Amino acid sequence: MLVEISGLNISFPTPHGMHAAVRDVSMTLGTEKLGIVGESGSGKSLTARALLRLLPPAAVTRADTLRFDGIDVLSASEKQMGMIRGRRAGLILQDPKYSLNPIMTAGDQIAEAWRNRRKGSRRQAKEAAIDLLAQVQIRDPRRVADSYPHELSGGMGQRVMIAMMLAPDPELLIADEPTSALDASVQAEILKLMEDLVSRRNMGLMLISHDLPLVGHFCDRVAVMYAGRVVEELAAGELGQARHPYTRALLDCMPSLTHPRPRLPVMARDPAWLT
Amino acid sequence: MQRHSPARTLARLGATVSSLAITLFGLVLVTFFIGRVIPIDPVLTILGDHARPELVERMRIELGLDKPLPVQFWIYLTHLFRGDLGRSVMTSNLVVDDIKLYFPATVELGTTAMIFATLIGIPLGVLSAVRRNSRLDQFVRVFSIVGHSIPIPVLGLISLLVFYAWLGWAPGTGRVGVAYVGMTPTVTGFLTVDALIAGDADVFWDALSHLMLPAAVLAYFSMAYISRMTRAFMIDALAGEYVITARAKGLSPARVIWRHAFGNIAVRLATVLALTYAGLLEGAVVTEMIFSWPGIGQYLTVSLLNADMNAVIGATLLVGFVYMVLNLLADVAYRVLDPRV
Repeated sequence: MLVEISGLNISFPTPHGMHAAVRDVSMTLGTEKLGIVGESGSGKSLTARALLRLLPPAAVTRADTLRFDGIDVLSASEKQMGMIRGRRAGLILQDPKYSLNPIMTAGDQIAEAWRNRRKGSRRQAKEAAIDLLAQVQIRDPRRVADSYPHELSGGMGQRVMIAMMLAPDPELLIADEPTSALDASVQAEILKLMEDLVSRRNMGLMLISHDLPLVGHFCDRVAVMYAGRVVEELAAGELGQARHPYTRALLDCMPSLTHPRPRLPVMARDPAWLT
Repeated sequence: MQRHSPARTLARLGATVSSLAITLFGLVLVTFFIGRVIPIDPVLTILGDHARPELVERMRIELGLDKPLPVQFWIYLTHLFRGDLGRSVMTSNLVVDDIKLYFPATVELGTTAMIFATLIGIPLGVLSAVRRNSRLDQFVRVFSIVGHSIPIPVLGLISLLVFYAWLGWAPGTGRVGVAYVGMTPTVTGFLTVDALIAGDADVFWDALSHLMLPAAVLAYFSMAYISRMTRAFMIDALAGEYVITARAKGLSPARVIWRHAFGNIAVRLATVLALTYAGLLEGAVVTEMIFSWPGIGQYLTVSLLNADMNAVIGATLLVGFVYMVLNLLADVAYRVLDPRV
């Protein structure tokens, strides 16, 4: 198993005591595509970042098991984490406008990731970066390599981000809302690209999203999170048979082309879901 | 990707130079007229209150004060273009020569202070931001608030009391011990550098030891500001998403902090540094007074108190010019360091 999580709790100190943001979350991931869906604040991003130990310093993390390929993340040394981050696992964030360094060219940022894993000259790294840009289907990789992030569109920026995270040939890719900041047409392209790369390289993928149908289409399995818990986990094809009332309510809120309704229902939240 | 065409760069340069010229002209205009409307008669300052009327009249004509103000201003401007700032009444030297004498002392003091302030202030600010709320951070914050809150005269006098009077570690005031005055030929005007050029170790060490205390006082004050700004900028930068990306790439903490986070604040920091340095080169009047440092701040103050207007206008123009040039450099740094501009 690439990822084993059980009994994960993440909490933050507040003036009124500790606030539990992730509560008793368990999941596993092999060489497959796992979708994590949930609304803002449901704890899906925190769960993913805890795996790379990239949480804010104030966060308090406890877990029965938190392993990446057998390595205990909570007790790993900073050096061991350095071997996981950027080498064996990559992280793609939501908006390339903020997640790329504004004062470095796209090529430099990719080359930096490449050189971190492989030893090579500056020129080799640059060539590798251009090659990676071509692999994420950028038509003019040389020009893009010399561009700064503000000169790129959102879709291009996200391709650069993917190229950068694929540079060291990782085994796991964590994509945290990778398409939420993009136009609908570009979203599809980026997802298609990630799907191709992940299956061709035989990687594991953790796709975090608030878009239930998208995750249903794209992933093998789906974990639904609500208020810091995984409320339901099921195969993507079985979303229609979801049992948890929250998942059902989410699916029920979606507009349908074939059975249009005059008015979409508003989800009625049951306090019992919280316990 | 071609970001700056040569024509655009040239146009920008032209715009900068002309705005510089206009600002400088405004500065001359304002200083000149303020100098003429103050209720002090320059003639009487030179000749004294009881001079004979015909002598006063002759002096007035000699100084060109009988002409209408616009004409006087025009004459001043034409002289200025030839690099002539007039003669100081107080020192009876050309103002230009006075400036050549006094300004290097200020530059020497200000630059030394700036080097200390930058070398200590920036790492302290960065460290403080990285280990936010740690004991080190608390210490740095208190240390810099103190540095920025103690009035310079108090700090200067206390430092003299402790390091000169009590401990005897520092020499007294002035640029160099009396025995060494005029020992080295003036090349750069910086006494330490001139002593090195002349190969005179004694003068060098003496000048350096005189420089240290006033430079330390000024450096503490500036360092406090620089470290506070660095800390604030860094806290902001470290919270950026690109820092998470950089960490996720598996880069070392040092590289994340310096290359990614610090690289992004360097632009803003350049402006802070330029303005701090400009402030130091204006002549730290109080420090120069306390340490009897013959710099431009002291020159300007003494001239002002004696209504020596040529000297005042000349020194003011110099200070204004320095300020503008440093601003311009900060602007250039902005363009070089930030690809978005």
